[in-house]
Amino acid sequence: MNEAVRETGTQLVKRGLAEMLKGGVIMDVVDAEQARIAEDAGAAAVMALERVPSDIRKDGGVARMSDPEMIEGIKSAVTIPVMAKARIGHFAEAQILQSLEVDYIDESEVLTPADETHHIDKWAFEVPFVCGATNLGEALRRISEGACLIRSKGEAGTGNIVEAVRHIRSITGDIRKLVQADSAELFDWAKRLQSPLPLIQEVAETGRLPVPIFCAGGIATPADASLVMQLGAESVFVGSGIFKSEDPARRAQAIVEATTNFSDADKVAKVSRGLGEAMPGLEIENLETRLSDRGW
Amino acid sequence: MKVGVLALQGAFDRHAQELSLAGATPLEIRSPRHLKDVDALVIPGGESTTMLKLAESLGVRDLLCDQIQDGLPILGTCAGMILLSRTILDGRDDQHPLGSIDIDVRRNGYGRQLASFEADLQIAGFETPFRGVFIRAPLVERVGENVEVLASVEGHPVFCRQGKIMTTSFHPELVSDGRIHELFLELAFASS
Repeated sequence: MNEAVRETGTQLVKRGLAEMLKGGVIMDVVDAEQARIAEDAGAAAVMALERVPSDIRKDGGVARMSDPEMIEGIKSAVTIPVMAKARIGHFAEAQILQSLEVDYIDESEVLTPADETHHIDKWAFEVPFVCGATNLGEALRRISEGACLIRSKGEAGTGNIVEAVRHIRSITGDIRKLVQADSAELFDWAKRLQSPLPLIQEVAETGRLPVPIFCAGGIATPADASLVMQLGAESVFVGSGIFKSEDPARRAQAIVEATTNFSDADKVAKVSRGLGEAMPGLEIENLETRLSDRGW
Repeated sequence: MKVGVLALQGAFDRHAQELSLAGATPLEIRSPRHLKDVDALVIPGGESTTMLKLAESLGVRDLLCDQIQDGLPILGTCAGMILLSRTILDGRDDQHPLGSIDIDVRRNGYGRQLASFEADLQIAGFETPFRGVFIRAPLVERVGENVEVLASVEGHPVFCRQGKIMTTSFHPELVSDGRIHELFLELAFASS
């Protein structure tokens, strides 16, 4: 019998991990102890970063890739996938994250962008990338650059779900319109969305993005998770919402259970009881920096 | 035939699609009451830690064990294989598998995501190779004498069967090739 030849870093393998994270919760953690709490609560993956978005907002200054030592510490603390963030366009940070063997790289607007024109050429990497998007055009541009998972951006670090809802609705709403469009209209859609025509045609044909779509930016309660899952998200990223709340372990587990049972209000009600204070929320109009405006 | 797909977390929707194409009626299982009226079950890939925790907190685990005792046919892929195994190596201390197939598996035994791979598999009874997609896959370290090995990679089994339990360390739901789902439905039909 011929011995099987292993092919690594293929699109199927890179998008495949995103498929495995569906119906789950990816939690921001800043150290090994938080990572263990997240895994204990049933997180499908953790995102290793130096400061959660609400602290990045508070502290100001330039936010960069985390210290490799801290990422290594989190990797050895848990058995679930570990993601880490690189700045938009900062391919050298991404190269370092690949050499650290993180499982997914988030080219993230939560960090300060390194390039105001170009995102990372993600086809050049064997590690898969997730990128944020506020609308369908942005999502398809990121996919054309090689992203294997899209997360709607929302407004990170606010504990306010309104932008997450705006972005996921914008993406799923435009997908529904594309499905209705005739073949001639698709050319105009490609122009308006500033996205490659073949991807527009693929979405019109299949009625979905070519990669999974998760939701991020403002999720603070089990009800928030249920809301965005019902709006079409396939998983949720929770940043400051867990470790800036009064009882992170309980809230984390409640959000995990609400994500699985997102359409069962009895179950979401049950896990929402007595969780203590949620993270403090911020009004979008009072923000100094809109992180979701970063990315092109 | 009604085939449940454990939908606690992971790639359950892709399995449901493949089952429909193979002529079965898939049902997403999130609570014990859903589990009662299925003729067979698929446990998908995903994170085994997450699935085991949810199976316990949502009360699915005990009923599932009873139904396996009663002969429910099950296909477990990747994390599903881990859940069904006898022993988990390199797992969490609080991770207790269902012990339904006599194999020991090492979690992420092939390595992290960078080591995830595709390979053509020679599967017993298939005329042409099957494309195996391995994602942070479990490595089968031991198989019991009653376990039939249907495919291997580099000397390690990747497709095992014992009675009505079938497990793969790869993801047949990610490739548009329904042969493994069809094989599973045949096994399930034969036993019903």
